[in-house]
Amino acid sequence: MINFSLRERLALSRRRFITGAAGLCGAGVVLPRGPARALSAPHTDIPLTSSARFSLAVERVPVVAGGRRMTGTGINGSLPAPTLRWREGDTVEIAVTNRLDETTSLHWHGIRLPADMDGVPGLSFAGIRSGATFTYRFPVRQSGTYWYHSHSGMQEQTGLYGALVIDPAGGTERAVDRDYVLVLSDWTDADPEQIVSSLKFQSDYYNFRQRTVGTFVRDAVRDGPGLAVRDRLRWGAMNMAPTDISDVSGVIYTYLMNGQPPETGWTGLFRPGERVRLRVINAASMTLFDVRIPGLTMHVVGADGQDVEPVPVDEFRIGPAETYDVIVQPEGEGPWTIFVQSEDRTGYARGTLATRPGQLGPVPPMDPRPLRTMVDMGMGGMDRGPAGHDRMESGAAMQGDMAGMDMAGDGMRHAARRGAPEAMRMPGMAAHPAPVTQSGAGERLKEGVEVQSIAMMPRNRLTEPGAGLEGNGRRCLTYADLRATRAGEDARPPSREITLHLTGNMERFIWGFDGKKFSEAEPVRLVLGERVRFILINDTMMEHPIHLHGFWSELENGQGAFRPYKHTITVKPGERLSSLVTVDTPGLWAYHCHLLYHMEVGMFRTVVVS
Amino acid sequence: MRRGLVAAFAVLAASPAIAHDMEMMPGMVMGATKKPVARGRVTPAPAVSVKVVPSSSSAPMRPAPVVYVAGIQPVMDHMLYAHALLDEFEARYNGRGGEFRYDGQGWYGTDYDKLWIKSEGTVSRTGRFGDGDHEILYDRAISRYFDVQTGVRLDIDNGPARAWGAAGIQGLALWFFDLEATAYFSDRGAAARLQGSYDILLTNRLILQPQAELNFYSTADRARGVGRGFSDIDTGLRLRYEWFRKLAPYVGITYSGRFGQAAEIARRRGSVVGDVTFAFGLRSWF
Repeated sequence: MINFSLRERLALSRRRFITGAAGLCGAGVVLPRGPARALSAPHTDIPLTSSARFSLAVERVPVVAGGRRMTGTGINGSLPAPTLRWREGDTVEIAVTNRLDETTSLHWHGIRLPADMDGVPGLSFAGIRSGATFTYRFPVRQSGTYWYHSHSGMQEQTGLYGALVIDPAGGTERAVDRDYVLVLSDWTDADPEQIVSSLKFQSDYYNFRQRTVGTFVRDAVRDGPGLAVRDRLRWGAMNMAPTDISDVSGVIYTYLMNGQPPETGWTGLFRPGERVRLRVINAASMTLFDVRIPGLTMHVVGADGQDVEPVPVDEFRIGPAETYDVIVQPEGEGPWTIFVQSEDRTGYARGTLATRPGQLGPVPPMDPRPLRTMVDMGMGGMDRGPAGHDRMESGAAMQGDMAGMDMAGDGMRHAARRGAPEAMRMPGMAAHPAPVTQSGAGERLKEGVEVQSIAMMPRNRLTEPGAGLEGNGRRCLTYADLRATRAGEDARPPSREITLHLTGNMERFIWGFDGKKFSEAEPVRLVLGERVRFILINDTMMEHPIHLHGFWSELENGQGAFRPYKHTITVKPGERLSSLVTVDTPGLWAYHCHLLYHMEVGMFRTVVVS
Repeated sequence: MRRGLVAAFAVLAASPAIAHDMEMMPGMVMGATKKPVARGRVTPAPAVSVKVVPSSSSAPMRPAPVVYVAGIQPVMDHMLYAHALLDEFEARYNGRGGEFRYDGQGWYGTDYDKLWIKSEGTVSRTGRFGDGDHEILYDRAISRYFDVQTGVRLDIDNGPARAWGAAGIQGLALWFFDLEATAYFSDRGAAARLQGSYDILLTNRLILQPQAELNFYSTADRARGVGRGFSDIDTGLRLRYEWFRKLAPYVGITYSGRFGQAAEIARRRGSVVGDVTFAFGLRSWF
């Protein structure tokens, strides 16, 4: 018989999760089954003052799941790793000792630093061998909310991530009464290598919400049998499923907030009327989250560590590796539930803003799960074209960019050649013809082993909040809402454009750029000092949070000179967007999808700056 | 059951590579092993399209190869994976008696190149092993959903042994239709096999799977009960419950029948021409 490990057998029932700090809570404690409880709070609270010197030990940390002892990977006995507080202008010195039996590394996500301090084995350094200590030392030139995580193998999935809070130079600037980090993550008992292997064999392994005979009958009754059949035929003809939202789901994931499982969740204390800053960090390996606090308006004041003009919202989506700072001001006692659903609605993380410990607020019902559409497939659909927005975006893109007209010409020809002239009828396109497929790569791109689909009409989706958030009656944040509080530092137009297609084959679980895995591709070469526009076209039907190490990616979202500076940009299915990069630091850098398993199977490029 | 499968394959484990693969299978608790392998040759074509605006800084024209620190690759996207699927592992019954049948395949390799092994056979109540068909194939991914397979097929059971060269395709036809089509060649002529199956999700765990395997031969092989033309079919309708993704019990109805010349041969021997059975079994993979 097949020898299933317990992990694998349990993998199909919902997990319970308890984390405990090593040594602090007694190793031999027998835990009763039932609602999960934390043995001890992980060290996610923001330290009272900033420090410049740290000593971190990467080690195995006991975790209790479903009454069973397991180990995750944490730092100084804490999973998530402790929140570090730095100050802009300081030179931080972080001694990292590896107490694992394998090589480790820590990458400071979103931090601008010399390439050899970036913490990517092979690019920055050789990694930290078992038993060795590596000391990171670099000046801190920015402030805000960031995070750090392992860049070695699958350690990130097993818990090696923590928050970074950086005070602005000239002291602490806290216009709030309470300041919390919310580290969101996805915990699994299953072996990450095994997850990838299972996905290679059966890509819908973790999806138990596929269309069935039952949903066909329901749709046939609702929409008529003709429409239901046509819809099935259309998706079937692509061998794709509209129910394909997340590769790995709540079937094996327990979603955590600051290391706490949803049964009890994390609790943040406040007094009514206080201003509470929540620094939300998505440290999940494979999960996009939708965050809301029913009854409270959140004012988004920061994105990826950088200040933005406040945007009042009821809900926002956060992709893996992104951070958002929000301020809430609860007038009532609450308790207020911070409700964080996974995009595919197979689970949630939970927190509570309470006036005293132990209070729990009500958990709202899960929202309906999203389905992929033909727009996600890059088949256009101009019905919701973001009119005025495109015009602004193109205006910004065209500033001083002599290649603009040329580009557009190419785009038009290509679109026409593909029999898709409709693409040119997007609002605003006639006057400012920027956002169409225009790259040579796109022209060369063919369906094949590594390219399951090509977006025929990728479009601007910056004004859309994301799949499942449309029309839910709430004010949802979009990328177009993000407006930096300061104008960009580099006013130069880009001297060239680099187009990258985000490609993959879900059926074979291969992901890459331009139809190539990392191991098959040449690096992206940049010249020190130049200014470059990256154009990303997502040919797949999934979101990909794309992270460029070492540099800011200024998202061209229609805010002109007040473009938000981001380190990670989530590109929606069928979307085309662009960002500007000032290439000011030499070295080898990583450029990759921050869905961990996409990166590990090839959605990664080395960027060479020389 | 894996031991049974391994035993069936073991006969074929001629090459060291296969023997190595076989050795690994029983020990693979979690079902997969991965090892980094030497990277394939890097395609020199530029991976990114670069548009250079005139009269501004330009990209270096002669890029030096990237030197990774300590030779470490930042991601390992060229791994080896091993999987095996035992699609049919079932007891078949009807008024006249019963038999046991298995049909499985396993592979070991990278995204593009795999060693692929297939094996099927039927064991009668008297212990006679028939329909023994074992293939060792090199598998190459060639398109979004299809692989090309070439190798050898060995008919090894209690009947006379036969050897064939094999070439075919396997993959996912549109509308999620699993398809295998293989041609076989030997000094005895040619043969072809067409296999297909389709998963109908009654619920997300209760799955109805119609399946069929059709065999064609250019010449009769009386010793093996094979006739010229459309020789035989083995088809079933199985209802499985995916208790776990990797372990699903099932019940089903199967029909195996011989046609034309093969039917005549069977009649002359006094054996069954067409047989409807009730089947129950386990579908598993790792």
